[in-house]
Amino acid sequence: MMREVVITGVGLVSCVGEDAESHLAALASGAPPRLDTTTFAPYAVHPAVHLDYDRQIPKKSDQRQMEPWQRLGVYAAGLALETAGAKADAGLKGRMHLIVAAGGGERDYAVDGQILTGIRNAADPGVFLNERLMSDLRPTLFLAQLSNLLAGNISIVHGVTGASRTFMGEESAGLDAIRVAHARIAAGQGDIFLVGGAYNAERPDVLLMFELGGFLWKKPFRSVWDRAAEGGGFIPGSGAAFLVMEAREHAARRGATPLAALAGVVSERTRRTPGALPAALARHWATLGASPGAVVLSGATGVSPASEEERAWLTTVGAATIHATGDLVGHTVEAQAPTGAVLATALLQRGAAEAVVTSVGHWRGDGAIRLTRAE
Amino acid sequence: MAHRDRQGRPLVAVTGLGVVTSLGQGREDNWTALTAGRSGIHAINRFPTEALRTTIAGTVDFVAAEPFCAPMLSERLAMLAAEEAVGEAGAGRTGDFPGALFIAVPPVELEWPQRQALAEASGQNDGVTYRDLLGAAATGRFKPWHDLFLFGTVADRIADRFGTKGSPISLSTACSSGATAIQLGVEAIRRGETDAALCIGTDGSVHAEALIRFSLLSALSTHNDPPEAAAKPFAKNRDGFVMGEGAAALVIENAEAARARGAAILGYVLGCGERGDGFHRTRSSPDGAPIVAAIRGAIEDAGLTPDDIDYVNAHGTGTPENDKMESMGCMAVIGERMKSVPISSNKSMIGHTLTAAGAVEAVMSLLTIRSGRIPPTINYHVPDPAIPLDVVPNEARDADVGIVLSNSFGFGGQNTCLVIGAEPK
Repeated sequence: MMREVVITGVGLVSCVGEDAESHLAALASGAPPRLDTTTFAPYAVHPAVHLDYDRQIPKKSDQRQMEPWQRLGVYAAGLALETAGAKADAGLKGRMHLIVAAGGGERDYAVDGQILTGIRNAADPGVFLNERLMSDLRPTLFLAQLSNLLAGNISIVHGVTGASRTFMGEESAGLDAIRVAHARIAAGQGDIFLVGGAYNAERPDVLLMFELGGFLWKKPFRSVWDRAAEGGGFIPGSGAAFLVMEAREHAARRGATPLAALAGVVSERTRRTPGALPAALARHWATLGASPGAVVLSGATGVSPASEEERAWLTTVGAATIHATGDLVGHTVEAQAPTGAVLATALLQRGAAEAVVTSVGHWRGDGAIRLTRAE
Repeated sequence: MAHRDRQGRPLVAVTGLGVVTSLGQGREDNWTALTAGRSGIHAINRFPTEALRTTIAGTVDFVAAEPFCAPMLSERLAMLAAEEAVGEAGAGRTGDFPGALFIAVPPVELEWPQRQALAEASGQNDGVTYRDLLGAAATGRFKPWHDLFLFGTVADRIADRFGTKGSPISLSTACSSGATAIQLGVEAIRRGETDAALCIGTDGSVHAEALIRFSLLSALSTHNDPPEAAAKPFAKNRDGFVMGEGAAALVIENAEAARARGAAILGYVLGCGERGDGFHRTRSSPDGAPIVAAIRGAIEDAGLTPDDIDYVNAHGTGTPENDKMESMGCMAVIGERMKSVPISSNKSMIGHTLTAAGAVEAVMSLLTIRSGRIPPTINYHVPDPAIPLDVVPNEARDADVGIVLSNSFGFGGQNTCLVIGAEPK
């Protein structure tokens, strides 16, 4: 049994806005994206737009129990449920499955700084650490850090309580979440899934992780395609993207309108030897049966040489239009592939016939998603 | 012999098992200790425990990891368990495992030694902030830590080492993660995507901050002395779980393919059940409905009835809440008969290996079936009238076990149950 998979709901929040329309307008305008270059200087981040969280997370107590990455995700998940016409259907949400791509949560930066300052002169550093953590850590911060607690909060706030899985592994996690949901629906292992990821770039601990590896772009803004000459790098973006994916027959039965069809997803872990990435992308393109006229939503990060290689390959496929989501919302890591898929859905709703989302990780992982018009 | 289950799906056979816990490395040592009722829980000597309420854990201290940190120890433990499982299964050639990798890994981040080294390298003496750490990171001197602390790196390295196919899945469903890794493998085989899967749960994350975080949630036992008596699942005086470390690996295969290549089949994963709980971040719905749905779902998925369950390998953490809810859930599904169905908790001896627990307990469930011996729940001296179950108190018991229900529950409303059998019914 291979069933057709459609997208019936989308939710997207980023530095641009909180609906597909604002993102498409920004894509069309070609204006430089919104950046915060001061808070974490010399690092730039694309800050999330201000959101009225009450609209998707009615209880203040729930908002307080989450850190920003979870609030962004729960908000976007709510938007996706709304567009899918599922928000008010408790029965449907009770059997809706969840696959979330997540990293980890946030820290208490002040406490970390105080400990690092004090521990240098502590008589017994280990005991000092114990004492300070025992007295200074907020007990509930743990729950805002655990990777699977974005999914947990979606269950609590939105009542989505079918199977709940959290994938980790940076960019690949977002792509694999969509791949596995697609495979399960196609094979009849579930009718409807809420799938996506969230990322908060406005935190020094994640900047630190990527700066350790030298992956951050610290120069004035340039397109992801134009950074290679100066070493390459990415600008992290805060945001979240969620999709409601379901079997076409299931959508029809409940009277939901398909927004796009999800034709296929491939995800690999191609070793980054010279020339390997373009060859892999060409293979993905062929596997998915993509046509030269497809609109491409590239997740290129700006990291060198991966983004140059992707660009060089893209010029060979004759894509109708190439949009770099990194130039629109920044690099949203686990949310990279879901973001591309939401934007592809929006373009298909507005007349495009076919779209291909590429996802190449800053360090590992590569793949693509092919979507077509719903009808 | 049937190759498919009653729903027409490929049967999923287990052909390789590997495990490492505080009880030892390998199936042999673990099983001997577990059936002897021996505990692996001891006083922590990995880091100072002054000022802590809990000073014990089931750490794995006999496996070296350098630099010592949670992702490195988790990787080493996973490697050891996978070597044993893949070696036993004999599927594919060395370094060319013919299937996918699903691995439950602990969420990791930079740890205190790394933060301290960065602070030191920054030259900032007072008022250290993340700005200083970033400055030190920008020197490029600490580059390997980027890869080491990414969430996908343990999986990446296991995939490289064993030559698994496709994009490896790293996952977390909190304390049910190990069971979820198996469930994902079962689903992939059932839909014909792969004929084999390497399913692993690993956790080597007992460090001071991890312990303190659980401690601040009042989740841990504080009965530190003697350490081996602290984990008291189902007993009235239970007061929390004890953190443990370990890893387990299972090679599962499409039964038809496994039989065709003449593999020895150790048992079958017959059914998986899962249900999210939207009640609370750390507590179960008071009516236990999601737990009940997960147990019932696993039994139905296996094409069985509650009467077919011979033994329950409990989640059995030893927290007041878990054991009460788990007992209630089992009673609700299995009914009065549950009072005489043996149920025991491996965690009474191993501690709670968190991300790894579901996989560790799946391995122990298969060993229970194969040996015809049920490991006990140790430290059971004060029965809880609210839990009227046969918890196989304190001593292992011989029994003919054909079908096991293995439960895993986690923070964030995660409930995953597996039904494991000697043979399909």
